[in-house]
Amino acid sequence: MLDVAIVKRFSGFTLDVAFTATEPLTALLGPSGSGKSLTIKAIVGALRPDAGHISIDGETLFDAEREIDAPPQVRRMGYVPQHYALFPHLNVTGNIGFGLKDRGNTEGRQRVSEMVERVGLLGLERHMPRELSGGQQQRVALARALILRPRLLLLDEPFSALDATVRVGLRDGLLDLQRSLDFRILLVTHDPEDAALAGACFTFEQGHLVRG
Amino acid sequence: MGVPLTLNRVGRTALILAVVIFSGFVVLPVAVIFLRVAGSESWLQALGKPVVTEGLRISLLTTVLALAITLGLGTPTAWLLARRTFPGKTLLDSVIELPMVLPPAVAGIGLLMAFGRRGLLGPPLESVGITIGFTTVAVVMAQTFVSAPFYVRAARAGFLAVDQELETVSYTLGVSPWLTFWRVTVPVALPFLVSGAAMCWARALGEFGATIMFAGSFQGRTQTMPLAIYTALESDLDSALALSAILVVASFVLLIGLRLGVGRLNGGSGA
Repeated sequence: MLDVAIVKRFSGFTLDVAFTATEPLTALLGPSGSGKSLTIKAIVGALRPDAGHISIDGETLFDAEREIDAPPQVRRMGYVPQHYALFPHLNVTGNIGFGLKDRGNTEGRQRVSEMVERVGLLGLERHMPRELSGGQQQRVALARALILRPRLLLLDEPFSALDATVRVGLRDGLLDLQRSLDFRILLVTHDPEDAALAGACFTFEQGHLVRG
Repeated sequence: MGVPLTLNRVGRTALILAVVIFSGFVVLPVAVIFLRVAGSESWLQALGKPVVTEGLRISLLTTVLALAITLGLGTPTAWLLARRTFPGKTLLDSVIELPMVLPPAVAGIGLLMAFGRRGLLGPPLESVGITIGFTTVAVVMAQTFVSAPFYVRAARAGFLAVDQELETVSYTLGVSPWLTFWRVTVPVALPFLVSGAAMCWARALGEFGATIMFAGSFQGRTQTMPLAIYTALESDLDSALALSAILVVASFVLLIGLRLGVGRLNGGSGA
């Protein structure tokens, strides 16, 4: 269970949201600039809220009053940004194994190749990110996060950069992957069709929640 | 790219003439050095003379040290300028780039007034047994002073070009900021860092004005190749030409290497 209640003030914009995500797939829906991505950044630890708290499964990640602010390195959040942020100087294998401590030895390499197969990238191990299609890049980003068994996978507009036909296939692919690897998802989107996949949906508008 | 410009006959002639005159102006002095070196029998002998060998040795030693200091101190500075905002940042930006536009003679007198025997820090340094003026250390300091901005400027641009989302992702994958710097930021910014370091090294290699004022021209101690060329010009033209030819080759190799190397790095990183 993810519990979020945060306030962050910027000049001319205030993010003030509180929600609890209990479903395997929860969506944050809203137009761009409504604070969804900022909320994700706060959850992974890349943005420090002014007030409030964030906890997952009873473990506090952030609490302004108790001055708790766990660094992103220990939060075990899988983060897939909007444009995937693949490491441009590393090939598919290098990207997927990036966070593995044992990526250099046999066991680590085994885990990477299992993950490559799981996300359907066999034969592309040596390809650089720029040589991959948008859909393939997304699968690399998913594999890179999932190989560390995160407590929650955070997807920022996962389908917005892709055309409609690819999008349908990838939505199904994501759900298949979730069934086989069993992980929870927090999905940020402006597209109600994406949000329809979710068991729960929170709607953002100008930094606030409209309706839970 | 755009509509091709059509020129009438006069325009075309003027254009070609301008290009020919300009490239001839650049090529001729360089070519003449090689013609003179090739025309004289004694240039091979000149390569063995102390003024040449010592000049080479001092230049190599001092420029490598100046580059090492620049990388060590300039990289964190460039990173700070690229990634943090703090009061006085704009001022620091300008101060760091000042030596790029400052006349080298001014740099020389400034270094002398700061670190020379009669300079601000000269007496206290001397009291603990350290003399800087007119030593090899002074050469390294003069070179670092004038050449470091070329690296810092390129490195800052390189760090600015690295998408910070890459670093955020690296943190969420459990990688510390320090390791993220080495595993993500530096490799992605590498084309900038390499070309900045090369320009910095080239500038240090050619340093003359600040060096002669702050370090003097003592063979085997402070006489770098440009200083040796100047010294040998009157008495030993062969040596001056041989040293010049070496510097031309080094500069040319550096430029070609940069064209090919940074092109490849760029291709490799997909930047």
